[in-house]
Amino acid sequence: MGATGILSGLAFPENRDEFAWRSALVLGMILAPGLIWVVTGAMPEVNVPVSPIMIMVGGLIVGLGGSLGSGCTSGHGVCGLSRLSVRSLVAVPTFMVTGAITVFLIRHVFGG
Amino acid sequence: MKLVYALFTGLVFGVGIAASGMMDPAKVLNFFDLAGTWDPNLAFVMGGALVVTFVGYRLTWRRTLPLFGGRFQVPTNTVIDARLIGGSALFGVGWGIAGFCPGAAIPALGTGRWEVALFLLAVLGGFGLRRILFSPVA
Repeated sequence: MGATGILSGLAFPENRDEFAWRSALVLGMILAPGLIWVVTGAMPEVNVPVSPIMIMVGGLIVGLGGSLGSGCTSGHGVCGLSRLSVRSLVAVPTFMVTGAITVFLIRHVFGG
Repeated sequence: MKLVYALFTGLVFGVGIAASGMMDPAKVLNFFDLAGTWDPNLAFVMGGALVVTFVGYRLTWRRTLPLFGGRFQVPTNTVIDARLIGGSALFGVGWGIAGFCPGAAIPALGTGRWEVALFLLAVLGGFGLRRILFSPVA
Protein backbone atom coordinates (compact mmCIF):
# COMPACT_ATOMS: atom_id res chain seq x y z
CA MET A 1 0.00 0.00 0.00
CA GLY A 2 2.77 2.40 0.90
CA ALA A 3 6.18 3.13 -0.55
CA THR A 4 7.73 -0.05 0.87
CA GLY A 5 5.10 -2.25 -0.73
CA ILE A 6 5.25 -0.39 -4.05
CA LEU A 7 9.04 -0.53 -4.23
CA SER A 8 9.22 -4.14 -3.07
CA GLY A 9 6.62 -5.11 -5.69
CA LEU A 10 8.68 -3.30 -8.31
CA ALA A 11 11.87 -5.10 -7.34
CA PHE A 12 10.14 -8.48 -7.15
CA PRO A 13 7.11 -8.15 -9.47
CA GLU A 14 4.43 -10.82 -9.59
CA ASN A 15 3.39 -10.08 -13.19
CA ARG A 16 3.83 -7.54 -15.97
CA ASP A 17 0.79 -5.45 -15.12
CA GLU A 18 2.02 -5.05 -11.53
CA PHE A 19 5.43 -4.00 -12.81
CA ALA A 20 3.94 -1.46 -15.24
CA TRP A 21 1.79 0.55 -12.82
CA ARG A 22 4.44 0.44 -10.10
CA SER A 23 7.00 1.78 -12.58
CA ALA A 24 4.68 4.60 -13.63
CA LEU A 25 3.98 5.53 -10.01
CA VAL A 26 7.66 5.53 -9.03
CA LEU A 27 8.55 7.51 -12.17
CA GLY A 28 5.97 10.14 -11.19
CA MET A 29 7.50 10.37 -7.72
CA ILE A 30 11.01 10.79 -9.16
CA LEU A 31 9.84 13.53 -11.56
CA ALA A 32 8.40 15.59 -8.67
CA PRO A 33 11.60 17.47 -7.67
CA GLY A 34 12.16 18.39 -11.33
CA LEU A 35 8.63 19.81 -11.54
CA ILE A 36 9.27 21.85 -8.41
CA TRP A 37 12.53 23.07 -9.91
CA VAL A 38 10.74 24.14 -13.13
CA VAL A 39 7.99 25.97 -11.22
CA THR A 40 9.96 27.58 -8.38
CA GLY A 41 13.49 27.68 -9.83
CA ALA A 42 14.96 25.75 -6.90
CA MET A 43 15.42 22.05 -6.16
CA PRO A 44 13.91 20.83 -2.85
CA GLU A 45 16.53 20.67 -0.12
CA VAL A 46 18.21 17.36 0.61
CA ASN A 47 20.80 17.74 3.38
CA VAL A 48 22.47 14.48 4.34
CA PRO A 49 24.35 14.75 7.65
CA VAL A 50 25.07 11.00 7.57
CA SER A 51 28.17 9.12 6.35
CA PRO A 52 27.86 6.85 3.29
CA ILE A 53 28.47 3.75 5.44
CA MET A 54 25.65 4.70 7.82
CA ILE A 55 23.33 5.50 4.89
CA MET A 56 23.86 1.94 3.67
CA VAL A 57 23.44 0.43 7.14
CA GLY A 58 20.27 2.49 7.68
CA GLY A 59 18.90 1.59 4.24
CA LEU A 60 19.46 -2.12 4.76
CA ILE A 61 17.67 -2.01 8.13
CA VAL A 62 14.83 0.12 6.67
CA GLY A 63 14.36 -2.42 3.86
CA LEU A 64 14.47 -5.44 6.15
CA GLY A 65 12.31 -3.87 8.88
CA GLY A 66 9.78 -2.26 6.55
CA SER A 67 9.31 -5.49 4.66
CA LEU A 68 9.11 -7.64 7.80
CA GLY A 69 6.73 -5.22 9.54
CA SER A 70 4.59 -4.94 6.37
CA GLY A 71 4.83 -1.19 6.12
CA CYS A 72 6.59 2.12 6.54
CA THR A 73 5.70 5.76 7.10
CA SER A 74 3.35 5.93 4.13
CA GLY A 75 2.01 2.36 4.44
CA HIS A 76 1.26 2.12 8.17
CA GLY A 77 1.58 5.82 8.95
CA VAL A 78 -0.78 7.24 6.33
CA CYS A 79 -2.74 4.44 4.65
CA GLY A 80 -2.99 2.17 7.71
CA LEU A 81 -3.82 4.77 10.35
CA SER A 82 -6.43 6.41 8.12
CA ARG A 83 -8.14 3.00 7.81
CA LEU A 84 -7.87 2.70 11.62
CA SER A 85 -5.92 -0.54 11.14
CA VAL A 86 -5.06 -2.17 14.47
CA ARG A 87 -1.70 -3.35 13.11
CA SER A 88 -0.80 0.18 12.03
CA LEU A 89 -1.86 1.58 15.42
CA VAL A 90 0.82 -0.72 16.86
CA ALA A 91 3.43 -0.27 14.12
CA VAL A 92 3.52 3.54 13.95
CA PRO A 93 4.25 4.25 17.66
CA THR A 94 6.78 1.40 17.55
CA PHE A 95 8.87 2.86 14.73
CA MET A 96 8.46 6.43 15.96
CA VAL A 97 9.82 5.44 19.38
CA THR A 98 12.72 3.34 18.06
CA GLY A 99 13.56 6.14 15.58
CA ALA A 100 13.71 8.69 18.40
CA ILE A 101 15.74 6.32 20.61
CA THR A 102 18.19 5.71 17.75
CA VAL A 103 18.70 9.43 17.12
CA PHE A 104 19.08 10.00 20.87
CA LEU A 105 21.75 7.32 21.14
CA ILE A 106 23.65 8.51 18.05
CA ARG A 107 23.56 12.22 18.89
CA HIS A 108 23.58 12.36 22.68
CA VAL A 109 25.15 9.13 23.93
CA PHE A 110 27.75 8.29 21.30
CA GLY A 111 28.06 11.93 20.29
CA GLY A 112 27.83 11.25 16.54
CA MET B 1 -4.95 5.16 -18.88
CA LYS B 2 -4.22 3.35 -15.64
CA LEU B 3 -0.53 4.12 -16.13
CA VAL B 4 -1.23 7.83 -16.64
CA TYR B 5 -3.15 7.92 -13.36
CA ALA B 6 -0.34 6.05 -11.62
CA LEU B 7 2.23 8.53 -12.95
CA PHE B 8 0.08 11.47 -11.87
CA THR B 9 -0.48 9.93 -8.42
CA GLY B 10 3.27 9.50 -7.97
CA LEU B 11 3.87 13.07 -9.08
CA VAL B 12 1.36 14.49 -6.60
CA PHE B 13 2.78 12.35 -3.79
CA GLY B 14 6.34 13.38 -4.69
CA VAL B 15 5.51 17.09 -4.81
CA GLY B 16 3.90 16.79 -1.37
CA ILE B 17 6.91 14.98 0.06
CA ALA B 18 9.30 17.53 -1.44
CA ALA B 19 7.34 20.63 -0.49
CA SER B 20 6.84 19.44 3.09
CA GLY B 21 10.55 18.89 3.80
CA MET B 22 10.04 15.18 4.37
CA MET B 23 12.79 14.29 1.86
CA ASP B 24 15.41 16.26 3.79
CA PRO B 25 17.21 13.87 6.20
CA ALA B 26 18.54 16.79 8.28
CA LYS B 27 14.94 17.84 8.97
CA VAL B 28 13.77 14.27 9.61
CA LEU B 29 16.58 13.62 12.10
CA ASN B 30 15.74 16.88 13.90
CA PHE B 31 12.12 15.71 14.13
CA PHE B 32 13.38 12.66 16.05
CA ASP B 33 15.84 14.62 18.20
CA LEU B 34 13.53 15.40 21.14
CA ALA B 35 16.47 16.04 23.48
CA GLY B 36 18.32 18.32 21.07
CA THR B 37 17.36 20.35 18.00
CA TRP B 38 13.75 19.15 17.98
CA ASP B 39 11.68 20.29 15.00
CA PRO B 40 8.07 19.09 15.40
CA ASN B 41 6.94 20.37 11.98
CA LEU B 42 6.95 16.99 10.23
CA ALA B 43 4.25 15.75 12.61
CA PHE B 44 1.92 18.11 10.75
CA VAL B 45 2.92 16.54 7.43
CA MET B 46 1.83 13.12 8.60
CA GLY B 47 -1.18 14.58 10.42
CA GLY B 48 -2.26 16.51 7.33
CA ALA B 49 -1.79 13.49 5.09
CA LEU B 50 -3.82 11.40 7.53
CA VAL B 51 -6.80 13.77 7.52
CA VAL B 52 -6.88 13.92 3.72
CA THR B 53 -6.45 10.16 3.34
CA PHE B 54 -9.07 9.44 6.02
CA VAL B 55 -11.66 11.49 4.10
CA GLY B 56 -10.38 10.27 0.72
CA TYR B 57 -10.73 6.61 1.62
CA ARG B 58 -14.32 7.11 2.74
CA LEU B 59 -15.21 8.91 -0.50
CA THR B 60 -13.44 6.22 -2.53
CA TRP B 61 -15.18 3.35 -0.76
CA ARG B 62 -18.58 4.73 -1.75
CA ARG B 63 -17.79 3.12 -5.09
CA THR B 64 -18.30 -0.61 -5.19
CA LEU B 65 -15.40 -1.10 -7.60
CA PRO B 66 -12.23 0.87 -8.33
CA LEU B 67 -11.86 2.71 -11.67
CA PHE B 68 -9.00 0.40 -12.58
CA GLY B 69 -8.00 -3.06 -11.45
CA GLY B 70 -11.03 -5.21 -10.65
CA ARG B 71 -11.53 -4.78 -6.91
CA PHE B 72 -10.24 -2.75 -3.97
CA GLN B 73 -7.22 -4.36 -2.37
CA VAL B 74 -7.16 -3.57 1.32
CA PRO B 75 -5.10 -5.51 3.89
CA THR B 76 -7.29 -7.75 6.04
CA ASN B 77 -4.70 -9.08 8.49
CA THR B 78 -5.40 -7.92 12.07
CA VAL B 79 -2.88 -10.12 13.93
CA ILE B 80 -0.38 -8.32 16.17
CA ASP B 81 2.68 -10.56 16.06
CA ALA B 82 6.40 -10.42 16.76
CA ARG B 83 7.10 -9.89 13.08
CA LEU B 84 4.97 -6.73 12.95
CA ILE B 85 6.48 -5.29 16.12
CA GLY B 86 10.05 -6.42 15.44
CA GLY B 87 9.95 -5.29 11.81
CA SER B 88 8.49 -1.90 12.74
CA ALA B 89 11.06 -1.48 15.53
CA LEU B 90 13.87 -2.23 13.05
CA PHE B 91 12.35 0.14 10.50
CA GLY B 92 12.48 2.97 13.06
CA VAL B 93 16.12 2.21 13.88
CA GLY B 94 17.07 2.35 10.18
CA TRP B 95 15.05 5.54 9.68
CA GLY B 96 16.80 7.11 12.68
CA ILE B 97 20.23 6.13 11.32
CA ALA B 98 19.81 7.25 7.70
CA GLY B 99 17.14 9.97 7.98
CA PHE B 100 15.41 8.63 4.87
CA CYS B 101 12.33 6.41 4.62
CA PRO B 102 11.31 4.78 1.31
CA GLY B 103 8.45 7.19 0.54
CA ALA B 104 10.77 10.16 0.95
CA ALA B 105 13.79 8.64 -0.77
CA ILE B 106 12.05 7.70 -4.04
CA PRO B 107 11.06 11.31 -4.86
CA ALA B 108 14.42 12.52 -3.47
CA LEU B 109 16.12 10.41 -6.15
CA GLY B 110 14.85 13.01 -8.62
CA THR B 111 17.17 15.63 -7.12
CA GLY B 112 20.09 13.61 -8.49
CA ARG B 113 21.86 13.16 -5.15
CA TRP B 114 24.02 10.02 -5.09
CA GLU B 115 23.38 9.47 -1.37
CA VAL B 116 19.73 8.81 -2.18
CA ALA B 117 20.62 6.16 -4.75
CA LEU B 118 22.94 4.54 -2.22
CA PHE B 119 20.15 4.47 0.37
CA LEU B 120 17.60 2.99 -2.03
CA LEU B 121 20.02 0.29 -3.21
CA ALA B 122 20.54 -0.66 0.44
CA VAL B 123 16.75 -0.73 0.96
CA LEU B 124 16.41 -3.13 -1.98
CA GLY B 125 19.17 -5.20 -0.35
CA GLY B 126 17.10 -5.20 2.84
CA PHE B 127 14.03 -6.46 0.92
CA GLY B 128 16.19 -9.23 -0.52
CA LEU B 129 17.57 -10.09 2.92
CA ARG B 130 14.01 -10.41 4.27
CA ARG B 131 13.14 -12.78 1.43
CA ILE B 132 16.18 -14.92 2.21
CA LEU B 133 15.80 -14.95 6.00
CA PHE B 134 12.00 -15.11 6.42
CA SER B 135 9.00 -16.71 4.75
CA PRO B 136 6.66 -14.46 2.70
CA VAL B 137 4.86 -11.74 4.65
CA ALA B 138 1.10 -12.18 4.81
